[in-house]
Amino acid sequence: MKLSRHTRIAGAVAGAASIALLAAGCAASSDATSGSSDEPIELTVATFNDFGYTDELLQEYMDANPNVTVVQNKAATSNDARANYFQKLGKKGLADVEAIEVDWLPEVMQYSDLLAEVDVTDRWLDWKVDAATDADGRLIGYGTDVGPMGVCYRSDLFAAAGLPTDRDEVAALLEGDWDTYFEVGAQYTAATGTAWFDSAGGTYQGMVNQLEAAYEDPDSGDIIATENGEVEDLYNQVLDASATQSAHLGQWSDDWFAGLSNGAYATMLCPGWMLGVISGNAEGVTGWDVANVFPNGGGNWGGSYLTVPANGEHVEAAQELADWLTAPEQQIKAFVNAGTFPSQTAAYEDAALTDFTNEYFSNAPVGQIFIDRANAVTVAPFKGEFYFQINDAMQKALTRVEDGTQDKQASWDQWVSEVDAIG
Amino acid sequence: MTSTATAPPSSAERPDATSGPPPQRAPKRIAFSHRLSRWDLKLSPYLYISPFFILFIVTGLFPIAYTAVISFMDWDMVRNTGTFIGFDQYVYVLTQPKFWIALRNTFSIFLLSSIPQLILAIFIAAMLDQNIRAKTFWRMGVLVPYVMAPVAVALIFSNMFGDQYGLVNTFLADLGIPPVKWHSDAFASHIAIATMVNFRWTGYNTLILLAAMQAIPRDYYEAASIDGASKLRQFFAITVPSLRPTLIFVIITSTIGGLQIFDEPRMYDQFGTGGADSQWLTITLYLYDIGWGQWNFGRAAALAWILFLIILAIGVINLLVTRRLVRNEGSVGR
Repeated sequence: MKLSRHTRIAGAVAGAASIALLAAGCAASSDATSGSSDEPIELTVATFNDFGYTDELLQEYMDANPNVTVVQNKAATSNDARANYFQKLGKKGLADVEAIEVDWLPEVMQYSDLLAEVDVTDRWLDWKVDAATDADGRLIGYGTDVGPMGVCYRSDLFAAAGLPTDRDEVAALLEGDWDTYFEVGAQYTAATGTAWFDSAGGTYQGMVNQLEAAYEDPDSGDIIATENGEVEDLYNQVLDASATQSAHLGQWSDDWFAGLSNGAYATMLCPGWMLGVISGNAEGVTGWDVANVFPNGGGNWGGSYLTVPANGEHVEAAQELADWLTAPEQQIKAFVNAGTFPSQTAAYEDAALTDFTNEYFSNAPVGQIFIDRANAVTVAPFKGEFYFQINDAMQKALTRVEDGTQDKQASWDQWVSEVDAIG
Repeated sequence: MTSTATAPPSSAERPDATSGPPPQRAPKRIAFSHRLSRWDLKLSPYLYISPFFILFIVTGLFPIAYTAVISFMDWDMVRNTGTFIGFDQYVYVLTQPKFWIALRNTFSIFLLSSIPQLILAIFIAAMLDQNIRAKTFWRMGVLVPYVMAPVAVALIFSNMFGDQYGLVNTFLADLGIPPVKWHSDAFASHIAIATMVNFRWTGYNTLILLAAMQAIPRDYYEAASIDGASKLRQFFAITVPSLRPTLIFVIITSTIGGLQIFDEPRMYDQFGTGGADSQWLTITLYLYDIGWGQWNFGRAAALAWILFLIILAIGVINLLVTRRLVRNEGSVGR
């Protein structure tokens, strides 16, 4: 569900592909499962990438509600969906149910009054609900998937460095805070001379998502990024480690994709959806595995919601559909279809999820691993209006140091001046 | 022209002569049909070209004016409202170091692409102008890169210019040359992007210059050959001076294209925001980031107007230079 940063694909595969579904014959039956009315209506669902909503899944809903025809419009990427969303929000032209991604959720939250309120609240993980609840206590997003993070590693490279290779032993080895992670990294680089993690930027992303209020004050919304000692500590910590342990391969760059196959780095912070990225881009590479551990507790990266624009034609019917689509049973089917890891707590009891294994990752029980990882997430980081800009500037600051354009201090100073210009 | 202008009065005079109304009427009627045909002559051309201008007013002038309005506001695109804040957005843009870096990058990439491109295009065109076998094949061949979508070109080239595992650096390493930091060194990134532009546009310009070369009367070369001028001398003394008007056209089009360069830098890395240190941030890319990345359309509108004024200024410089060159040609002339 993520991949939004992969803008290159956005450009290459432009436009939105729409899937027109066969119009269900308008039966005159008065089967009133949908409650409100029997009048034949058409509902549109706008998603991006792959939410796992197949024609069969949508057909199930249409069978249960004969008066409803569901049409799904798929945008190629999250960025395309974002541009479309903000151009039409509050005006005409949005679908009845619109998917949004956590990356731009803070921007959506500014306009929460233009979205219909969600009336189910006890379905999702707490932090999933918190992030989409506005200052007035209105929840505006139906949670779909989350991106709880584990650690992906190359067991063959671990073996070569004399480290344990079994995923439970690796989990025990990395258990602890970020210092532990970087200490093991130092051992690895000392033994092999190659990199421990892919990039400072990717690693920093995992670290900063554990801070409750990294860049902005949750109460006032003021930008506190540059005075926040925690941010500066993370910046220094990751860059100190990066000097020797990073492969300096920015995530989603061509070199980074090449590194997935050629063993340029031994570990990577790994949300559930990343497994598909790895197995898809490093075909034939044996040795990738995933450990049930994450430095300093849990972490989440990515995930999406469904929203219902309040000025749509069929708001109530759209809410029912969004409700149904994000129910645990449907989300598990979507997970099987597209690997979108459920944010619904009830799904974590389901055998379809708990017994799920991934062949590419040496048959790792990824279902259970990511359930544990999702439960380990305790912090819902506050992301305000300017989160995206500040974080983007930070990522660039880290890249400047990694590629040798600037030293640590100069790059920090430039970041501070850039943040000061925001707003 | 003269025959149609004189014909109507003579034909209109005939009914007047038979019916014999007061003499005033006759000139009036004559004048009306006369005037009609005069209007037809004078107005029709404008009428025929008016669809373009009407379309331009709707799709061009209105957005430009609307952009000007928004540029003075703190604009919320979703709610379609804004508060008037005067020149603040302009001040903000002009005080951003990023803006000046973007300006520098734009001109640097423009120069790096236009100059080698023109030299190469003239050279290839001169080669194609010779008597070679399978002329059409070669001429079509140089146009092939132009047919490729810019995004596809950018995808292939940015893969080649990978910092660590790219084709170019691997090749350089085989030659024992240290790898070039294509994505962190500003100048190197400009060269890489200019290469994409050159790849795409050299063939196009070659064909235009080739057409101009073929319009040069062959007598000149014949006479020069009889006078004993070498091929090289002929090239510089006959071909190049005759190309001047075409060169001016090519320079103007590549200036406009160069200042608006977007696709190639956008596709150059995975983020499309011009690099960690704004190494290859161009003005259009900066504009796009402010508008569609930060949703700050007031600021983006102000930047759009600044870009408009820059292009206008360069257009005026172009015009002056062009005039001079054309005048020069007249004096050297034929």
